[in-house]
Amino acid sequence: MLVAFLFRRLGGAAVVFLLVSMLAFLLVWLIPGDAVAVLLDAAASPEETARLRAALGLDRSPLAQMLAWYGGLARGQLGHSLLLNRSVAEALLERLPITLSLTALALAIAVVFGTSAGVGAALAHGGWLDQLLMGVALFGLSVPDFWLGLLFIIVFALGLGWFPTGGFVPISESLAGWARSMTLPGLALGLTQMGFIARMARSSMLDVLGQDFVRTAEAKGLSRSRIILAHALPNAMVPIVTVIGIVTGALLGGSVVIEQVFSIPGVGRLIVGAILARDFPVIQGGLLFLAGVYLLVNLIVDLLYAVIDPRVRLA
Amino acid sequence: MMEPRDLASPAPWRRLLASRPFVIGGILLVVLVLAAALAPILAPHDPLRGNFRLRLAPPGPLHWLGTDHFGRDILSRLLFGARLSLAIGAATTLASGLAGTLIGASAGYFRRLDEPLMRLMDALMAFPAILLAMAVAATLGASVGNVIIALAVATTPHTSRVVRASVLVVRELEFVEAARSIGATETRILLRHVLLNCLGPLIVRLTYVFAIAVLAEAALSYIGVGPPPPAPSFGNIIAGGRDFLVTAPWITIAPGCAIIAIVLALNLLGDGLRDVLDPRLRP
Amino acid sequence: MTTGPVLVVDGLTTELRRTTATILEGVTFSIAEGETVAVVGESGSGKSMLALAVMGLLPRAIRRTAGSIVLGGTDLAALSAGEVRARRGRDLAMIFQEPLSALNPVMRVGTQIVEVLTRRRGLPSHAARAEAIRLLGRVGIARPAERFRAFPHELSGGMRQRVMIAAALAAQPRLLIADEPTTALDVTVQAQILDLLRDLKRDIGLALMLITHDLGVVAELADRVVVLYAGRVAEIAPATTLFDSARHPYSRALLASRPRAHGPRSALVPIEGAVPTAGTMPAGCRFRPRCSLATVSCASPPPLHAAGPDHLVACWAVQ
Repeated sequence: MLVAFLFRRLGGAAVVFLLVSMLAFLLVWLIPGDAVAVLLDAAASPEETARLRAALGLDRSPLAQMLAWYGGLARGQLGHSLLLNRSVAEALLERLPITLSLTALALAIAVVFGTSAGVGAALAHGGWLDQLLMGVALFGLSVPDFWLGLLFIIVFALGLGWFPTGGFVPISESLAGWARSMTLPGLALGLTQMGFIARMARSSMLDVLGQDFVRTAEAKGLSRSRIILAHALPNAMVPIVTVIGIVTGALLGGSVVIEQVFSIPGVGRLIVGAILARDFPVIQGGLLFLAGVYLLVNLIVDLLYAVIDPRVRLA
Repeated sequence: MMEPRDLASPAPWRRLLASRPFVIGGILLVVLVLAAALAPILAPHDPLRGNFRLRLAPPGPLHWLGTDHFGRDILSRLLFGARLSLAIGAATTLASGLAGTLIGASAGYFRRLDEPLMRLMDALMAFPAILLAMAVAATLGASVGNVIIALAVATTPHTSRVVRASVLVVRELEFVEAARSIGATETRILLRHVLLNCLGPLIVRLTYVFAIAVLAEAALSYIGVGPPPPAPSFGNIIAGGRDFLVTAPWITIAPGCAIIAIVLALNLLGDGLRDVLDPRLRP
Repeated sequence: MTTGPVLVVDGLTTELRRTTATILEGVTFSIAEGETVAVVGESGSGKSMLALAVMGLLPRAIRRTAGSIVLGGTDLAALSAGEVRARRGRDLAMIFQEPLSALNPVMRVGTQIVEVLTRRRGLPSHAARAEAIRLLGRVGIARPAERFRAFPHELSGGMRQRVMIAAALAAQPRLLIADEPTTALDVTVQAQILDLLRDLKRDIGLALMLITHDLGVVAELADRVVVLYAGRVAEIAPATTLFDSARHPYSRALLASRPRAHGPRSALVPIEGAVPTAGTMPAGCRFRPRCSLATVSCASPPPLHAAGPDHLVACWAVQ
């Protein structure tokens, strides 16, 4: 039953991915007027113009361009960067682990602290702790993540000197170095989503605590901690798990800017560089890549959801 | 089951005024909007003209929030920047509301359009919203109008889903059937009955869209694809301070606080509205 | 057939914290070992409140202001919340009206029984598992070892209620409180669950407090009946006595509102008017506004007094 469920979701995701790749392909068509003329300055020679036109594939018919795009996709190719003089897929893949580790760290921070804060608030429902935690969560939701990163740099890196102002140390080189380089960006990125998850977790937990099976657990004379940890929390986690996909999407987007703030050489930094230099193959490839990661994470979330909530497998 | 409600009736208003987040958020927002509107009167200096002898001046009696590297008064730039940021937020909200309603209502009401439209929205939502906005803004070229288009593209899919969900609920309610049997045309049914009852969730969503747009404008400007300088926006003031984090951190800190104030006000407003207007999310 | 009392409730009174409106007032009754006592009344009569009060599970908005709840010689009302918790699931167990929502949807039903055995009876986990499977078999679930691993949504309504009963029995309680245990079930399944409860009563001498509005259930299972009206005891009598010669006008109205023939179980058809709610209780006898026999004396509350052997009634019109 679980396998059938997974295949259905996989089919849906495949359709969406085809549309995603189409949208990424169509991005170049949004360039107003003659794309090549926009990209080059007026002084460009006819040879240069022709070369760029060929590099972007604009010398061919739209149909041929599309076939070339999908043909490349089928072979795992996303074309060539106009500036880096290398394959887009290679450049992205090389940087993907960095972005994924940053996003995963931020996600862990957001889920662990967000869930704890939300559950804590629900258990203290109506009390001062509840109000305090929800005030902090709302505040967290209202802070621009990249600005928080800048504030962290001003205070914790430049002011106190506890962390580096930026840069990246691979885990393979030094775990402590990686942790030091990732703490500030991970916190800045994770705190906003923490607010979101905390609010979610609170209302979910309140909902669960009012349900009949919690009263049954009380009637069995189980301890308060057993009721909360074994009965209420697993049920309250169901809606939280479903938003992990959404949160990951937001974190992937946020990481693009945060990588810029902390000079982290990830996918986001590559894409921003490409956006500023109008290196379209990299922009298109980057969009497709991050959307692909998002869809994959959502598939995993669906699977997780089905594991946590046995009722879903029937749906 | 959701009860069809008439938003014109005074009951929601009375409940809104009893909602603490709505009132606090509303007052905060009114104050901030007034400050932005009255920028030409309130601003102590010209936001565009700098004083080179007073570059990177720390906050003091002459420049309450200090100056930037051109010697421009930060407070004045913030007040004028608030106009641009709020205008972009408002325009994005309007565009996302119109496009989202059109797409969501079509998908919800015309069964044949539902699948293709919603798959397309799913595809747009697969891109991280901020990245999509950046790519669109960069592709179209840096201008205020293009920033608005980019933010609308990034926020419309979710808005359309909210509208569609409400339409699906309302469509099945008996009173639509009743209207149909009386012989009202399809279009009139859609506009009069369905949309009126979808208004609650839509208003709630659009309040959050406004907040998202203010946050995203700042991020876009920081990356360099926002509204082009020298006209100040919150985002490009922050971007202008990035090389002076050590020598002039006030350039960075002040606009961030302004963004927090506006977004906090909008989020409070949205929470209050949600509690009253959106029955699905009511605890 | 009755020996010593398992439960003695005396003068139990509860009120809404906010308005101090009374809900239960001076409720007094007892349950002997092996005895089944049905608590009947319309919805709003306070019968579910009574069950929750005995369990020590009153909602936060309601508190007990007077009275004692003596279970096996200990007054639960005098114990701390923690001590009452320690009693629940050992001396006292409860099953609910809606077995689907009363079971944790994401926990296997076996685990929901095992947790009582390991945490409340201290069985090691392998023994608990074997005992849980035995209990599932005991409550009439076929292929219990297989069902042990099922989730609640995979079972039928009747099976879920059997699981609830098994989890309640796991604690080997002295008293089982069943709150409308058959109301949410199909008619044929209702009969099966009643048969099961009757078997358990006979085989393990279980004392049962049965909350119901269904006089058919009362007729099948109850030894004695407590008729509750608007939070007060109207009449207490052996079931046969009550069916033959109920004395309180409210009890008589209840019995009259049920079909004459021995047809299927009937829900109580309310007497004209409605049960007054907390805060709007009439002074004196609470049934007075709906009572055809009301006289001036009904302006003061009638005490419970003997109307025959083992038969108590609270009505001025009954001498």
